[in-house]
Amino acid sequence: MEQYFEIVGTTLNIKLPSEVDHHSSEEIRKGADRILQRRLIRSVVFDFEKTAFMDSSGIGMIMGRYKTMRFMGGNVVAVHVNERMQRILTLSGIYKLIDIYDGMPQN
Amino acid sequence: MQQNEMKLEFDSRSCNEGFARVAVAAFMTQLNPTLEEVADVKTAVSEAVTNAIIHAYEGEVRKVVIECRIEDQTLTVAVKDTGKGITDVPRAMEPLFTTKAECDRAGMGFAFMEAFMDQLKVESEPGRGTCVTMSKYITREPNKYERQ
Repeated sequence: MEQYFEIVGTTLNIKLPSEVDHHSSEEIRKGADRILQRRLIRSVVFDFEKTAFMDSSGIGMIMGRYKTMRFMGGNVVAVHVNERMQRILTLSGIYKLIDIYDGMPQN
Repeated sequence: MQQNEMKLEFDSRSCNEGFARVAVAAFMTQLNPTLEEVADVKTAVSEAVTNAIIHAYEGEVRKVVIECRIEDQTLTVAVKDTGKGITDVPRAMEPLFTTKAECDRAGMGFAFMEAFMDQLKVESEPGRGTCVTMSKYITREPNKYERQ
């Protein structure tokens, strides 16, 4: 499971799998929450580079982490978002809450 | 008139969600769908199967049945369970409504099914189970060089 997570400074990168459904969301949720409880994390990056499929379970998982980060004063972004994922994120309304990039954000 | 049917029964384990949507996607390829149409159907099937696993059976391992039917260019998918049922179907179908907010459920399942399919019908009886029937018209004509 640790393959999904990478910590760089105070940033938690979550490399999402090719299919983000109820099954994989549960694993990511547990792993991410364990890290968020133990480490000082200021921002969470959901990386969609490998992701071809996501359903509303993935939306719920991202929304939950967004709430945690908001509570702690941090932020959440989504990167490498392809057209299909863009559609899912738009439909769910989550695009209003988190910043979405089709590549990587430019500093 | 082109007609074809298939039926699938599997355990309500979350690892079968991927199997269920891929099986339906494989069945629909005979309609020569676009990649987007396949993705739409996979998402809708995933939502319905996840609902059966999480809400109908609440983690208990029982059976989920999927029945698919092709009639001309229309694909109809029925996802059935014999779980606890839904007391208030219109309420359950409201976007963002969920009974399991603590489990990080977005309450978007039925909204996604409605968005990605052309028609959606939800029949449910508390204590007896739920049947979600959805259909989608596949726009492309089948490849005429393909075997009939």
